[in-house]
Amino acid sequence: EDEDDVDGLEAWERAYADERSWESLQEDESGLLRSIDNKALYHAQYRRRLRAASRIQKGLIRYLCIVIDLSRAASETDFRPSRMAVVAKNVEAFIREFFDQNPLSQIGLVTIKDGVANCLTDLGGSPESHIKALMGKLECSGDSSLQNALDLVCGYLEQIPSYGHREVLILNSALSTCDPGDIMETIQKCKKSKVRCSVIGLSAEIFICKHICQETGGLYSVAVDESHFKELILEHAPPPPAIAEFAIANLIKMGFPQRAAENVISICLCHKEARGGGYTCPRCKARVCELPTECRICGLTLVSSPHLARSYHHLFPIAPFDEVTPVLSSSQHKLPKSCFGCQQSLLNPGNRPSLSVECPRCKQFFCIDCDIYIHESLHNCPGCESFR
Amino acid sequence: MASAPSKLYADDVSLLVVLLDANPFFWSASSLPFSKFISHVISFLNSVLLLNQLNQIVVIATGHNCCDYVYDSSSPASRSAGTGKLSALSVDLLEKLEEFVCRDEKLLKKEPEGSIASSLLSGSLSMALCYIQRVFRSGPRHPHPRILCLHGSQDGPEQYVAIMNAIFSAQRSMVPIDSCFIGAQNSAFLQQASYITGGVYLKPQLLEGTFQYLSTVFGTDLHSRGFLQLPKSVGVDFRASCFCHKKTIDMGYICSVCLSIFCKHHKKCSTCGSVFGQPHSEAASEPNKKRKAGDT
Repeated sequence: EDEDDVDGLEAWERAYADERSWESLQEDESGLLRSIDNKALYHAQYRRRLRAASRIQKGLIRYLCIVIDLSRAASETDFRPSRMAVVAKNVEAFIREFFDQNPLSQIGLVTIKDGVANCLTDLGGSPESHIKALMGKLECSGDSSLQNALDLVCGYLEQIPSYGHREVLILNSALSTCDPGDIMETIQKCKKSKVRCSVIGLSAEIFICKHICQETGGLYSVAVDESHFKELILEHAPPPPAIAEFAIANLIKMGFPQRAAENVISICLCHKEARGGGYTCPRCKARVCELPTECRICGLTLVSSPHLARSYHHLFPIAPFDEVTPVLSSSQHKLPKSCFGCQQSLLNPGNRPSLSVECPRCKQFFCIDCDIYIHESLHNCPGCESFR
Repeated sequence: MASAPSKLYADDVSLLVVLLDANPFFWSASSLPFSKFISHVISFLNSVLLLNQLNQIVVIATGHNCCDYVYDSSSPASRSAGTGKLSALSVDLLEKLEEFVCRDEKLLKKEPEGSIASSLLSGSLSMALCYIQRVFRSGPRHPHPRILCLHGSQDGPEQYVAIMNAIFSAQRSMVPIDSCFIGAQNSAFLQQASYITGGVYLKPQLLEGTFQYLSTVFGTDLHSRGFLQLPKSVGVDFRASCFCHKKTIDMGYICSVCLSIFCKHHKKCSTCGSVFGQPHSEAASEPNKKRKAGDT
C-alpha cells in the first residue's frame, strides 16, 4: 500500500535499514550472545529524571481538560495506523494512569473539528465514561483552531472551585490554526485565569504553541514517534509543580462512606437499579456504587482513605539513593554481596562488583533495578522501613 | 509492570512469599505458642512445595526491630539434606529463624511504650515486592507470585503511609496480598490490603487448626481460585482518622494542599502550614519530613 512504500522500502525493511540491530549484539564471557545491555543506559536516564524532580510542592487537586485535535491533519499516517488512532489509544492509557495517580482530580475532554471546539465530556472523575465517549467518535475533518479550544476551556475552568489547579493539555496534529480573532488576547486571558496550558505536538514545532506554553507556565514537547508520544503524554500524569499563587488553600468537606456487605440490597443513584454492596453517603444516606464520586443528592464529595493515601507519597518522598562506584580495591569487602531488597547478587560473574546504590539514611545497598522500582512505583525504602 | 499471561509457566505454578510475624512482644502474649505455630506453617509450606514441582517459596521474617529473608526455596544453599525426621525446608528455615530472632533481640533499644508493640510489616512487604519484581524481570517464564501475611501484631499507625504505598504498588503489579491474621482484633491495614489487591483476609476462629485453614484457604494457586468458594470480605472499614484527634470520622475537612484530614474547621493546616482562604506561599508549605500520617 502507498503509506508503507516510502523511499521504495516496505515498512518491515525500514526497520532494518534504520536500526541495523544485529550490529549491537554482544557476547558475554562464555561466548553466548546477549542482547544490548540497556540496563546501565536506562539507569542513567532514570537518575537524570530523579535529579530534576526535587522536593517541590505539587498541585494535587487538578482539573485537567484534554484537547484532542481532530482536524484533517489527524488522519495523516506517519504515526501508524493514523495520528488520531495513536492519540486515542494513548489518551485512554493516560486517563487510567491519571486517575490512578490523582484520585481526587477530574478530567474533561474537548475536540477540535472543522475549526470548531466541542466539549466531548464534562469535567468528571470516572475514567470509563471519558474513555467510552472518546472511542465512540473518532472522525476527523476540517481545520484546527487553537483559539476556539482555549476559549472553550477557559470558560469551563472558570467554574471550578478556587482550590483546584486548572490545566489544559493540547494534543496538536495540525501545522496551522484557523482563529476568529486575536489569539494573543486569548492567551492573556488564560494567563489571567491561571490556566496552565501544555502542548504535545505530533507534527513539528510551532511558534504559537511554544508561546502559549511559555506564557502560561506549561510544557511544550513534540513527539518523534509512537513510543516517544506515549512517554511524553504519561509525563503529564504525575502532579506538576504547583505555582503558589494559582490555587487558594481551602478546607474541602468530604465524606468517608462505609462499604456495605454484599447482601444488603438498595437502589443506587448511578444506575437506578437495585444492587448489593455499595457505599452510603454519610450526610444524606443515598447509595453510590463506586468511589471517588460526588453524591448526586447532596453534592458531598465521597472518597475512601486509600484514595487520599495514593497522593501521600508526593508529600513524603524518599531521598534518591547514592551511586556506589565499583572500586576494585580493598574496600570491596565493605560492599554486601546481595541487594537488600531482592537478594540479587551485586557481583558480576567473576566477582567484580556491579553498579549498585546506597540509601543515605539506612545505609543499605540495592541493585539498580530495585532503585528504579523503589523510586518510581513503591515509594518506600525497604531498608528504612525494616529498621526501627 | 503487570505480568502478561503469555509470560507465565502453566497456570498452576506459584511463587508464595510468606511474611512471618516474629514479634516477641506479640508471641509472648499469644494463646498459641510460637513453636506450635511454626510447626503448622512448616507443614503448610511443605504441602505447597508438593503441589507442583515448580512452586517456589520465600519466607521473610517480620521482627520488632528488623526484617530479613529466612528461606528461599530456589536458592542453591537450600538444598541441604534433611535429617530423618525433619525435611530440608524445616532445617534451613528453623536455623535462619533462630539467627533472626537473636539478631532482632540484640537490636532492641527500648521497651515499647503502651500496649502497642507493632512489628515492621511495611519493611517486609517492601522487601517482598522487590523480590517479586526481580522474578518478573527474570525472563519470559516465571510463576504467579502472591504474598501471604501470617501476622498477629497490632497495626502501627506510623506505618500507615508506607503500607498504603506497598499496597498500591502490589495492586499495580497485580500481586494479591492474602492475610491469615492470628491476633486478637482485626487488622484494618491487612483488611484493606486484601480488599484493594484482590487477596483473601481470614481471621481463624480456632488457632489449633491453623494448618487446616492455611491449606484449604491459602494453599491453592491463583488460577484455581476462580473455581473455589474462598472467604469473602465482610465489610472493610475505609473511614479515615482525623489528624488532630486520631478518631475515626465519616465526614471531615481535607486541606487542598497536603490532603490532611481534620474533623472540624481550622484556620491553618497543622501539617503544611497553609492558611485557608488565602493564596498559599512556598515558605509556609514545607511538609513534615517524618511520615506522621494518621492511621486508618
